[in-house]
Amino acid sequence: MAKSKRFFMYLFLSIAAFVSIFPFLWMVVSSTNQSVDVTRGRLLPGTHLMENLRKLLDTTDLQVSLMNSAKISITTTLLALLIASLAGYGFEVFRSRSKDIVFNILLLSMMIPFAALMIPLYRMFGQISNVFPWMGIDTMTSVILPTVTTAFLIFFFRQSTKMFPKELLEAGRMDGLSELGIFLRIYLPTMKTTYAAGAIITFMSSWNNYLWPLIVLQTPQTKTMPLLISTLGSGYAPDYGMIMIAIVIGTIPTALVFFVMQKHFVAGMIGSVK
Amino acid sequence: MHQTNSKLRFRTKSVLTGWSFVLLAVILIFVFYFYPMLQALILSFQTGTGSNLTFTGFDNYSRLLSDKTFIVSVKNTFIYLLVQVPLMIILALFISVLLNDSKLRFKGFFRTAIFLPCVTSLVAYSVVFKYLFSGNGLVNTMLLKLHLVSAPIEWITDPFWAKITIIIAITWRWTGYNMIFYLSALQNIDHSIYEAAKIDGASSTRQFFGITVPLLKPIILFTSITSTIGTLQLFDEVMNITKGGPGNATQTISQYIYNLSFKYAADFGYAATVSYSIVIMIALLSVIQFKVAGDKNG
Repeated sequence: MAKSKRFFMYLFLSIAAFVSIFPFLWMVVSSTNQSVDVTRGRLLPGTHLMENLRKLLDTTDLQVSLMNSAKISITTTLLALLIASLAGYGFEVFRSRSKDIVFNILLLSMMIPFAALMIPLYRMFGQISNVFPWMGIDTMTSVILPTVTTAFLIFFFRQSTKMFPKELLEAGRMDGLSELGIFLRIYLPTMKTTYAAGAIITFMSSWNNYLWPLIVLQTPQTKTMPLLISTLGSGYAPDYGMIMIAIVIGTIPTALVFFVMQKHFVAGMIGSVK
Repeated sequence: MHQTNSKLRFRTKSVLTGWSFVLLAVILIFVFYFYPMLQALILSFQTGTGSNLTFTGFDNYSRLLSDKTFIVSVKNTFIYLLVQVPLMIILALFISVLLNDSKLRFKGFFRTAIFLPCVTSLVAYSVVFKYLFSGNGLVNTMLLKLHLVSAPIEWITDPFWAKITIIIAITWRWTGYNMIFYLSALQNIDHSIYEAAKIDGASSTRQFFGITVPLLKPIILFTSITSTIGTLQLFDEVMNITKGGPGNATQTISQYIYNLSFKYAADFGYAATVSYSIVIMIALLSVIQFKVAGDKNG
């Protein structure tokens, strides 16, 4: 009885693991095959990787999209960490009743669906375009600004700040450091892991963001990777090998971030509910 | 007198410092969440195309109730919600309980493998799934070779199977994500509770429903609320796997809002009304979920 139970346990987990991994394997294998072989269901690696890559480079602005995605994601991540950690620190260290009320109001924003925001935001940036074209529709700024501050990240930093030893704060004040100095010179280096977890979460969601960039980015020169992949996939005679290499390239940054910082990632997600 | 003055000045200064730390975040959230939210509410009472809008009261809201496309989108969204969210939560719970077994080997491998789908972008995995499930795609080829089906399944082009494809896709992407929350919660449960139950002769099924589920209730509530909010806003997958088709068979509310605003004749007012229907649904469903979880606790 116990033995057969063990067996089914391993069988079930193996199937679950296989189903989870299989689409990745197929995507990587397909990126080395010709389009016909992909449709024929070939599951072995082929020799057409470079050819697929060349086709992708010739028919799309791959480098431009990669650069756009990198610029947007890195800028978003840095700004998001700065803004949210300052706020999380502020709400916790300088705690007051009025700040708690404001904090709870901020948390309510997590319940607001993006669907309800996209039209007013689009109109807002349309109006900005008339005055400051450099930060209006079709610019990096218009992608970054609405997504750079999330109540979730502020909440995450506030929760982590609870673990920050208050003696360090006192020590900093005794040494005559300014409040901002304490934050930058003591808090920031101490909370490295929190920053790492926050960075992964923000980078991933920014790199993978689709709907808002789809609305505001309108020219090929501003396209991001998800937008590029989406347009490649919608053609009538798709070149499967070429599309798969595009998807592989688009997935590498987030997969790398995940594998290098796996522990922080999980810690970050969990820190968010505790 | 002098002393209270300087004390007061010190207090004011510290209050100001505190606020200056949080100010930027507060401003940004008000400008990019609450202000647009209010704008959407105002817009929902206006009609017209592009920026030529006039106030028409509740016209948009009454139009909503007789709009067949809207009703189909709501129905589709709720089918996804009612099938996928429970399915995923049960699956994630089940896997996490298996992974929490102290004697299990290759734990790290299983956990990483099942969590892996979370690193893909919704667009990228949607495109991969679109090809896997196409008429002559790999899934059909395999099913035919294994003689599980006699003719290829119309995964993308049949209204019923297209919904199933979307459900399979979302479940693939998010089960591992929910599993991580359960796993961490399980690790906080004291092992002696299970030991005591075992001595009392409780089967593993009874232990699961009698100990695990009640103790995980707050996390289950959290994941069901976030999954509900996510499903009500479903867009990327449907847009990239089926484009909402065949007909409107897989279209979601978010996609309908997108179509109304950016595909058809830019009816921002009405699109805002449709978007408020999601706001109302999220609010209602969250209240219901809190109530259900709360009742069982008491």
